[in-house]
Amino acid sequence: MGLIDLKDIHKVYDMGAEKVRALNGVDLTVERGEYVAIMGSSGSGKSTLMNLVGCLDTPSSGSYVLNGVAVQELDDSQLAGIRNKEIGFVFQTFNLLARTDALHNVELPLIYAGLSRADRRDRARKALEKVGLGTRMHHQPNELSGGQRQRVAIARALVNDPSILLADEPTGNLDSATSEEIMALFDELHQAGNTVVLVTHEPDIAEHAWRRVLLKDGKVISDQPTARAGSAATAAAPVS
Amino acid sequence: MVFLENFRIALAALRANLMRSILTTLGIIIGVAAVIAVVSIVQGLQYTITQQLQGVGATFMLIQAKTERSFPGMIARQVKLTYEDGRAVEQKVAGVKMLTPAIFGRATLKYKDRKHTPAAIIGVNENWQDVNNHTVEKGRFFSKLDLENRHKVVVIGTKVVDELSLGPDPLGKEIYVNIYPATVIGVMEHKGQSLGLDTDDLAFVPFDSALNLFGRNAGDQVQLRLQADSAEMVEPVKDNITRLLRQRHRLPAAEPDDFQIQTQDEILDTINSILGSITAVVGGVVGIALLVGGIGIMNIMLVSVTERTREIGVRKAVGARRQDVLIQFLIEAVTLSLVGGGIGLLLGYGLGVVTAKLIPNFPPAHVPLWAVVLAFGFSAIVGIFFGIYPAAKASRLDPIDALRYE
Ligand SMILES: Nc1ncnc2c1ncn2[C@@H]1O[C@H](COP(=O)(O)OP(=O)(O)O)[C@@H](O)[C@H]1O
Ligand SMILES: [Mg+2]
Repeated sequence: MGLIDLKDIHKVYDMGAEKVRALNGVDLTVERGEYVAIMGSSGSGKSTLMNLVGCLDTPSSGSYVLNGVAVQELDDSQLAGIRNKEIGFVFQTFNLLARTDALHNVELPLIYAGLSRADRRDRARKALEKVGLGTRMHHQPNELSGGQRQRVAIARALVNDPSILLADEPTGNLDSATSEEIMALFDELHQAGNTVVLVTHEPDIAEHAWRRVLLKDGKVISDQPTARAGSAATAAAPVS
Repeated sequence: MVFLENFRIALAALRANLMRSILTTLGIIIGVAAVIAVVSIVQGLQYTITQQLQGVGATFMLIQAKTERSFPGMIARQVKLTYEDGRAVEQKVAGVKMLTPAIFGRATLKYKDRKHTPAAIIGVNENWQDVNNHTVEKGRFFSKLDLENRHKVVVIGTKVVDELSLGPDPLGKEIYVNIYPATVIGVMEHKGQSLGLDTDDLAFVPFDSALNLFGRNAGDQVQLRLQADSAEMVEPVKDNITRLLRQRHRLPAAEPDDFQIQTQDEILDTINSILGSITAVVGGVVGIALLVGGIGIMNIMLVSVTERTREIGVRKAVGARRQDVLIQFLIEAVTLSLVGGGIGLLLGYGLGVVTAKLIPNFPPAHVPLWAVVLAFGFSAIVGIFFGIYPAAKASRLDPIDALRYE
């Protein structure tokens, strides 16, 4: 069994007059240590899928087992625990707390993990150093560039040693040079043993990953290793 | 630990919107300030009055004519209470230890080129000192002999000594009470304020001199002050005085008393009930202010929750549970109202002190600990009560909906 195990996942938004089938029977398994890019055109269901994997949202039907735990069985506060301990989520829009310095933003998950102030400080500082922001600890988000903000967000995602790092279009709001820097950081984190799943619609960003999953209309239509995987990528799934 | 962190977050959020926070708590500030101001004044009054009344002892009694209100077109019967009534009480009612009549009036005192009108000139007999537990410090009070021989004497308070510049040795000096000359034979002990009257600013003259001074009619409505032999005697003495005075005033059985006998306990009760109703009225006003304040807090917390929906989403995304968010916003609401309560407390106390200072002859303001506890307790309760709904609303937000909120 994989780290992430999704079986026949459906997500339906009831919009009154019509039902939007954002996910329409997704099966996906991700093993520990993988580096996966999820691609697809706008509206294909990438974000919906990521939110489900990140336990921010719940599926309409289907089963999701994360690290051996059947997620749909969990109550609200257990889900909060999963988000706290198992998952590090990086958003396109950073989602940092305003008027709060980098260090404190990174400390946030550790507050809810119940760590002491000293431990929190210590670990947040290390996480910021890891993403190359050792000298910007006391800057507030509005005093940082987009790339630096995303680094703070990545440090926050990493700080509680999650099982998976999830990123929904992490370079979507960044210029191409900064995007490359951020992707280099993801590469590094993957090499250090982290499991990384990221969403993008840009092919060159996806090339950083070792495996590429293509979504269309809420279904997986292709799932194959990338050139980066270095393996003898032969039989490609038929792409329409 | 998470609790302390929440407190820190709450204070930071309040500081970020300082002006808004203060305006929001205005209702609570006003409510608490009003209650503390009134409590501090009422408590000050009550404290002093109780102290002074206890000074005259449990056996003290006061008899006054009951001044009937005359309705338009009706002529009220002239109610009389005279020294003769008093003498009858003293002689015929067992258990009356001593009695003094008292008539109050105003007149100007003169000494050389100095003039002063004391708070009151009181015509009494030789028993005043013992009946009222108010004694002479220098010289002597007038004696039975002074009264019988119509000696022209006067006993004055310390303030009168100062106002007339009588110097360190006022005894024996001749002053004028209105146009009547009188010799100062005694100076009363310093006692300060009593029931709104400055007891140091009084002059005592023999009862008959007071009648000359204020006119014969003044003798028709005297106060009778007396001491009973013992506390147990107070009730029977009261009953017997009532019977005697009704007989003397020829009141038919159906007619109500045309006089009023008050014991120390009753005087205290009356004063306390007046002060109590003042407090109750203010309590009602305060209740409304606190309600308005609470609604203000609820309103601003709802605004705050809406403004910070994304923050709530972020917190939930990194692992905040419902109760974490609930407590965060509840602490914020309570902090808000406690800050309001604290400001109100200081403001109210300041108001009480200033009011007490501005009104002459007023006892100093006094804030008891229970009022402080009550103020903060009420603020906290208002914060919790009106903060729970916005906080619960915040805590129930779905993480993904909160994150998507624009
Ligand atoms: N909260 C929502 N309510 C209704 N429809 C939604 C909601 N979120 C997403 N959808 C719909 O679900 C589909 C997939 O959306 P999404 O997962 O955001 O796509 P992507 O991230 O691939 O662009 C879209 O058609 C979108 O309109
Ligand atoms: Mg998307």
